[in-house]
Amino acid sequence: MQKAGKSVKRIKSLAKVDYITYLGVIIAFIVMTVLQSRGMLSRSVSGMLVPICCYICMAVSLNLTVGILGELSLGHAGFMSVGVFSGVITAMSLQSAIPNELVRMIIAIVAGAFFAAIVGLIVGIPVLRLRGDYLAIVTLAFGEIIKDLINCLLVGWDENGLHIALNFDGTKTMESLGLSENGIEIIKGAQGATGNSRIATFTMGFVLVMITLVVVLNLIRSRTGRAVMAIRDNRIAAESVGLNITKYKLIAFVTSAALAGAAGALFGMNYSNVTAAQFDFNASILVLVYVVLGGLGNIWGSIVATVVLYVLPEALREYSDYRMLLYAIILILVMLVTNNPTLRSALDILGKHLGRGKQNDAEGGAVS
Amino acid sequence: MSGSYPKPKLVPVPSTNIIPDRDADKSPILECRNLGIDFGGLSAVSDFNMAIGRTEIAGLIGPNGAGKTTVFNLLTKVYQPTRGTIMLDGKDTHSMTTAQVNRAGIARTFQNIRLFSNLSVEDNVKVGLHNQMRYGTISGILRLPGYWKEERVARERALELLSIFDMQDLASHQAGSLPYGAQRRLEIVRALASNPSLLLLDEPAAGMNPSETAELMNNIRKIRDTFHIAIMLIEHDMNLVMGVCEGICVLNFGKVIAKGTPEEIQANPAVVEAYLGKQKEA
Amino acid sequence: MEFLSYLITGISLGSIYAIIALGYTMVYGIAKMLNFAHGDVIMVGGYVAFYATSFASSSLLGEDPTTAATALATVGSVLLAMVVCTVLGIVIEGLAYRPLRQAGSLAVLITAIGVSYFLQNAVQLLFGAAPKNFTPVVSGQLQLLGGRLRISYVALLTVAVCIVIMVGLTTFIGKSKMGKAMRACSEDRGAAQLMGINVNSTISMTFAIGSALAAVAGVLLCSYSPVLQPTTGSMPGIKAFTAAVFGGIGSIPGAFLGGLLLGIIESMAQAYISTQLSNAILFAVLIVVLLVKPSGLLGKYMPEKV
Repeated sequence: MQKAGKSVKRIKSLAKVDYITYLGVIIAFIVMTVLQSRGMLSRSVSGMLVPICCYICMAVSLNLTVGILGELSLGHAGFMSVGVFSGVITAMSLQSAIPNELVRMIIAIVAGAFFAAIVGLIVGIPVLRLRGDYLAIVTLAFGEIIKDLINCLLVGWDENGLHIALNFDGTKTMESLGLSENGIEIIKGAQGATGNSRIATFTMGFVLVMITLVVVLNLIRSRTGRAVMAIRDNRIAAESVGLNITKYKLIAFVTSAALAGAAGALFGMNYSNVTAAQFDFNASILVLVYVVLGGLGNIWGSIVATVVLYVLPEALREYSDYRMLLYAIILILVMLVTNNPTLRSALDILGKHLGRGKQNDAEGGAVS
Repeated sequence: MSGSYPKPKLVPVPSTNIIPDRDADKSPILECRNLGIDFGGLSAVSDFNMAIGRTEIAGLIGPNGAGKTTVFNLLTKVYQPTRGTIMLDGKDTHSMTTAQVNRAGIARTFQNIRLFSNLSVEDNVKVGLHNQMRYGTISGILRLPGYWKEERVARERALELLSIFDMQDLASHQAGSLPYGAQRRLEIVRALASNPSLLLLDEPAAGMNPSETAELMNNIRKIRDTFHIAIMLIEHDMNLVMGVCEGICVLNFGKVIAKGTPEEIQANPAVVEAYLGKQKEA
Repeated sequence: MEFLSYLITGISLGSIYAIIALGYTMVYGIAKMLNFAHGDVIMVGGYVAFYATSFASSSLLGEDPTTAATALATVGSVLLAMVVCTVLGIVIEGLAYRPLRQAGSLAVLITAIGVSYFLQNAVQLLFGAAPKNFTPVVSGQLQLLGGRLRISYVALLTVAVCIVIMVGLTTFIGKSKMGKAMRACSEDRGAAQLMGINVNSTISMTFAIGSALAAVAGVLLCSYSPVLQPTTGSMPGIKAFTAAVFGGIGSIPGAFLGGLLLGIIESMAQAYISTQLSNAILFAVLIVVLLVKPSGLLGKYMPEKV
């Protein structure tokens, strides 16, 4: 809390915030693992662990684009989708070559990140020339294009290698791939990938979250991240001190896409069926909501918001029919309370009254 | 293009010789020849000729709307000139972008302050130091030894630069929350951090009280003497301009109407007319 | 001949997009926000018209109603849908968007998404998730050239309504006092306020008009593809938004042009290239246009002042 009369804002030690973030994630992982091994988690909670990890990576990586780079992206799920399907294809075609599930999973995640980065580069070069709402609508458009293209994709694998066909006119079927008898059908157009081997683990999810955090946090605290944030705060001033705007925008955007691809690959390996339609515009919006509610540029905020908002609809399950309605109302109310000056000051006053006894502790509290 | 070029005609370049004696034997750091720009048919600046010596403090003055900031925008390539050439340290900046011009040696401040307002004061300066730091994105993510070494050097350098204006204690504060005067000073420090050979200051004393302005005058001289660079400033405060500048160029309606030492400018009837309007003949 | 009939389909679909896009573009021009819930207002309009028509045919009209009575009932239910949507638009603006007038654009965007979720789920609770079979407001088709060219009356009606709206709106914005206030607000809200314009009521008015248009678009959309469900508005909403950006967001002729072109591109892509990829093609054209003309076809490019 600020002392009265002192308006100059001091920026808190960033290293400390980072270490607390890492520590929080590690503790949460240990607690959940212990609970799981003792059988204290219900099946629905256990089932949520891997997707939550994936969505944390999605939110943290989207925060790199929206919060740190300052460009509104409405197509983040498109990169996830690229990761999902390239990861699934990799994992399924290596099934016989690499029996070890862990190694296969890691290769699939790397492949997911790689292909998403390439798509990120292809999308980023034109998109990042645009500004503001135009950039937002074009990312949305790319997300939808990626979805539609994957919907047309037919992929199978046999001992001769990968068979890929694009079903643009709706006439091709899996037979057109000409798979041999012991071939496997991997992606069946709009039906998506069915019969995946579910090899994702919570430990891998945790490792991926940690990697994402290291990449994003270290990037932010480095020369590159400073350049990206400088461009966000004032593009013209950033140019005037010699920053190559396109280069740093692309670095941030492609890194963000690659991390989303990695998260997607893990996500894909957690379900036996996935379809491209799952990663549409609404999925992008879902992740954006996590990022905005967690606070733009605030990495641990994204993590907390993701966990809370992912669990919330499940927790509201007893109100079954009303839960999405409640979710919508909560979302609107939270936005109003946190962004309306009047409501916000009312909340601050309330908070002061409640915390009057322990004002000394407040210094280390929430980062605003 | 192919074929033979016509032999260039020698265009007489107006004298730009207001360079102080100590720089006279060196080539000027900046030379503008017949610089001009049109906005939709309207000529905002035309026939701008000026040379600035290696360690000169030059002033660019003129009434509001005379095109002073436009000149700065042309020099830093925020606008691409319609006509003329800019020679920076003997190199033509024609094909350069704003960022490349900065790397070639021009840094500037802005009339309406443009800080990285969400970053700390120290980080603002470090962004200025960006192109002098030598580690890449990967070693930044993996925090290789290069990262630690370069960051340490950058931090020391940033604090050193901030100490010019006695701002090292503000290093961890958020730039956007600083008082107005401190923001103006921080912009100068950030520009200096990018290691320029010519520093452009756009109304550095705007909004400052007389004692702050006097301090700024000393600091401008101090910067020139410490870094041995040329400084060009736009300013409405005549005490500052006349006190600190060695050569002054006066613009009105996009054209240079006078050039000379502070004494010459003060005595020039065209300048008086531009500022006060035409006096009726008695 | 085939081409001509695809073109007509495209124009009538495009007219629907144009009417929706007008709502997006007006709200964007004046309130500077992306109202993502606009698509769901369309859907609400569709539901109101659907229930009003079925109520009329089951309770008010007798066993064998006259044509005039049916027409009256249809017009009545469309009017009712417009009234409900207008009120809905004003209420949404007042409760959810007005408190955020000073907040960042992302906060408003997320709130709009919240409103969109709310409307979809509220409708699902009230009327169920099962799709309703919407009866087109007019049926039958016009046969030209000895039956080789068939144009449905719905298509004709859609185009006619779109033109009427377009002309009406342009006149309103250009000539009326409220229209002038709207233009002033879109130019500079602060200055408009200093000139004594009530910015809040101007923005409310904008939402009211946009939502009334959404109701009309809802009825036309459901007549075009007669399946009505809580998510009906989403995709047309996104496409219309795209159309608004395509034409240059904030520009009313731009919304009209963008909507028409988008409808034609979609219809042609479906006919000649690929049904599955029609949306992808549509979005690809949008991207190319924006790269060539970064502020849309009729939008004004405002460079940043240094």
